[in-house]
Amino acid sequence: MLAGAGLIFALVMVLLLLAFRPRADVGDAGDVRVWVIGLGLAFPMAVLAALLAYGLVIGEKLLPLASDDVVRVGAQGRLSTWSFTYADVPNRRTQDVLHIPAARPVDVSITTADVIHSFWVPRLAGKLDAIPGRTNILRIEADLPGTYHGVSAEFSGTGYDHFTFTVIAHDAEDWDAFLNEDIE
Amino acid sequence: MNALERHRKLTTIWASEKGFKGWFSTVNHTDLGRMFLVTAFFFFIIGGLLAMLIRVQLATPHSAFAGPEIYNQIFTMHGTIMMFLFAIPTFEGLAIYLLPKILGTRDLAFPRLTAYGYWCYAFGGSMMLVAMVFGIAPNGGWFMYPPLSSAIYSPGINTDFWLIGITFVEISAIAAAVEITVSILKYRAPGMSLDKMPIFAWYALITALMILTGFPPLILGSVLLEVERAFGFPFFQADLGGDSLLWQHLFWLFGHPEVYIIFLPAAGVISTILPVMCRTTLLGYGWIVAAALALAFLSFGLWVHHMFTTGIPHMGLAFFSAASTLVAVPTGVQIFAWIGTMWKGRPELRLPMLHLLGFFFTFVIGGLTGVMVAVVPFDWQAHDTAFITAHLHYVLFGGFVFPIFAGIYYWLPHVTGRRRFFRLGELAFALVFIGFHVTFLAMHWVGLLGQRRRIPTYAPEDGWTAINLISSVGSFVLAIGIGMILIDVILHVLTASRGRRNPWGAGTLEWAMPTPPLAYNFASLPHITSRDPLVDEPDLAVQLARGEGYLGTPRNTWRETLTVDIASGKPDMHVIYPSNTRLPILMSAVTGVFFVSLLLKFYWTVPVAVIGVALLVWRWVWGLGRGADLAPLSIGHGITLPNAGMTDRSPGWWGSVFLLTANATFFGSLLFGFAFLWTVAPGWPPPVWFDPSMTELGAGLSGAIIGPIAMRLAKSVNGKGRNSVTGATMALFGAILIGVACAAMMWRTPSPVDHAYGATLFVLGSYGLFHACLAMLMTSFLIARIVRGFTSAVRRAEFSIIGLWVDYTSVIGVLVLLAAHLPGVLQ
Repeated sequence: MLAGAGLIFALVMVLLLLAFRPRADVGDAGDVRVWVIGLGLAFPMAVLAALLAYGLVIGEKLLPLASDDVVRVGAQGRLSTWSFTYADVPNRRTQDVLHIPAARPVDVSITTADVIHSFWVPRLAGKLDAIPGRTNILRIEADLPGTYHGVSAEFSGTGYDHFTFTVIAHDAEDWDAFLNEDIE
Repeated sequence: MNALERHRKLTTIWASEKGFKGWFSTVNHTDLGRMFLVTAFFFFIIGGLLAMLIRVQLATPHSAFAGPEIYNQIFTMHGTIMMFLFAIPTFEGLAIYLLPKILGTRDLAFPRLTAYGYWCYAFGGSMMLVAMVFGIAPNGGWFMYPPLSSAIYSPGINTDFWLIGITFVEISAIAAAVEITVSILKYRAPGMSLDKMPIFAWYALITALMILTGFPPLILGSVLLEVERAFGFPFFQADLGGDSLLWQHLFWLFGHPEVYIIFLPAAGVISTILPVMCRTTLLGYGWIVAAALALAFLSFGLWVHHMFTTGIPHMGLAFFSAASTLVAVPTGVQIFAWIGTMWKGRPELRLPMLHLLGFFFTFVIGGLTGVMVAVVPFDWQAHDTAFITAHLHYVLFGGFVFPIFAGIYYWLPHVTGRRRFFRLGELAFALVFIGFHVTFLAMHWVGLLGQRRRIPTYAPEDGWTAINLISSVGSFVLAIGIGMILIDVILHVLTASRGRRNPWGAGTLEWAMPTPPLAYNFASLPHITSRDPLVDEPDLAVQLARGEGYLGTPRNTWRETLTVDIASGKPDMHVIYPSNTRLPILMSAVTGVFFVSLLLKFYWTVPVAVIGVALLVWRWVWGLGRGADLAPLSIGHGITLPNAGMTDRSPGWWGSVFLLTANATFFGSLLFGFAFLWTVAPGWPPPVWFDPSMTELGAGLSGAIIGPIAMRLAKSVNGKGRNSVTGATMALFGAILIGVACAAMMWRTPSPVDHAYGATLFVLGSYGLFHACLAMLMTSFLIARIVRGFTSAVRRAEFSIIGLWVDYTSVIGVLVLLAAHLPGVLQ
């Protein structure tokens, strides 16, 4: 996407520069067909159609499609802390740390107890808002075990800059330990 | 009469009061346009200083420069000031100053409304400044999302300043938009058909129409949120049947068109200046007009792309993603038509041209990053990061500020009649250009590294320190550049170096007059046969000063002009303008009392202010009447025209049509909100439904039938020269019936603080009641007119105008009553 944008930008700049070249045939170069219909209409339409198709295909892949080994967790935003619940261990609740298994799809049900927040773990997925009265579901997946940094990405007043959380992705063994409440 | 005598006579008729007193009573568009522009640039400087404070805060990690409470106010006010107090008023000021001149007429359609709009802007803007000085400025972000901005999470007065102050300022936007629309459609030089109109006028027309349809949703949102904050009506509270997403829809329904409302006037400036700088004509005039229209339409279908991360259904995302990328097409048409124009001519690197090149460079990058964020998966990552901040600054600074700087340098010789003596401008441009790109390229980068928008501090281990410092250094270079432009402009105004007329060799009419412009613009009005009249007729200015055009002979003490048929440009009415008056500033002061009372919760002064405004409006309109018929008047060249007050389609009628367009959009947004809550919000159905009453519904519906019929009757009886007071009284009775039905509905509606259902019905009812009262006031006015002998078969303009408002009241009255009663009747 960046390379394409760079090429288009370069094209426009070259056309601009060429306008300043000294030339004799002033007046003939202004052709509505070339400039308006060719470059103005046809060119952007072709580029945008391709880009849109690409975006939709990628978007489709990010959808929370049904799958057997999906892990379901809940994330509730509250000024200024996130609390997480686990469908597999009903009584378990963690503050500001979300535990997930690595290499398995995880559906996060995002809710809020007060104002609008946004759940964002940049390395795992895009962001999705927590809206009062609604539940939004975000599919995340960590390929490798490890610790991932998460932030609340919707302005929520004073303290917004420190409104962060952590996601810990466990390997299968540790995840079982977590489910058995061996890990705090 | 020679040219000098004509000049003296016209000057006595048209001049504003001398000295600073004249500022308060002027209704002249040149004065008011300049006042708008100076005030807007004052706010630009304030907004810019706030931006500097933001960059100081973010220059280093763990900054203790401003605490979060103050920082939140700073960035909220930066966005608010730049959008509402700089960008929109700059368009208004430019259009108000330029349009009558470029269209070849003497003033805008409603001179007193121009002044009223200016004072509402000045007073509303001052309210925001006062809030800032006392440290109680809005702090919820310029988008004011509830529930963060609701009374529970923002109990202070800060948010109220935003909701009330900005609504006050928006009166001026709506006033200017009505004014600009009617002026462009009707107030042009004879012969200027739509296809001969200067391209700037097309852009201004489209922008004004967009303001009329884009601002009402925000005004509605502000009203609802303020009512929620002040009286606890739960429009945006999910547990009581409201929905915080309703605000986001209303806000972005305004907010996205807003971007094009800002860009289109700048595009108009580019389309005007660029051909002159290239010594040629614009390539693809018709295509550009079509592209601007397409942009206007498309921009109303894009608002959801600001809400991609709120959990919108997937099909909706695909649709709005497609629409968002599609909007790049008409923009592409314009960009390539401009480059084609440059290829067609011989571009010269004069100062305005430098800023235009700055525009191309910056705006194309902003457009390309815009296409990136229209791709949903990318947006899910970039949303609410500094990448978006950088993108929007590329679009707005590139698409608005650079073209406006080009416009300033292009039209400055027109405003002052002088030429540049010191050459600071070129250096200033270089600093602005370099400073801007350093600041915001760095910001793209740090955004991709994950820096969120609106955070007051970050940690050194985030790894953003160096980039932020570079960005801050760039912003100071940019600020120095803008400071130099300011100094350059001030020096230009102060140095007495007389310029020559039409220094750029332009073809448009604003240069066919002495500079600085005279109070009356043109001593006589030209006849237009092409798009570039000055190219065909280089000494047009002299001919007009000699009185060879239309209306070259001053009559009585009348400020005269004429209007034309919209499409063909054939003259159709003669107009006499009102003269200098303090009524507009007085009325906006009383309007200000209304808003300040709401702000400070002094509710007992609210009705006083409302009655005050009503009395002033009555006086305002009453003064336009005539006690005797006016025979058709000669405008020269053997043409006679009826006076506007002796027609059915007077300027007042046209103004009402466009004001009602904005009003209908407001009402439509309210109905949308009702339907949205009903179908989408959690917490429905409500615990209690409205209890329908056939008596009330019947009374309201009969009022809605009686009113329009009675007005038509009154008009036809008056046309036959007979007394029409019976018809007007019947219309008054119809309005009373609608008012009573709406009042009863408000009285019996389920408690508006318990559920959003009751709250919405209450607001619908008050909308109906307000319009019924307005219709009562208008029909009473008409009765007073008839009784006092101000109407006749010839003097009939007011029947059509009031008829229009009675019709509108009847339609919305029926819809309001049906919305309340029908669900109950059907069950």
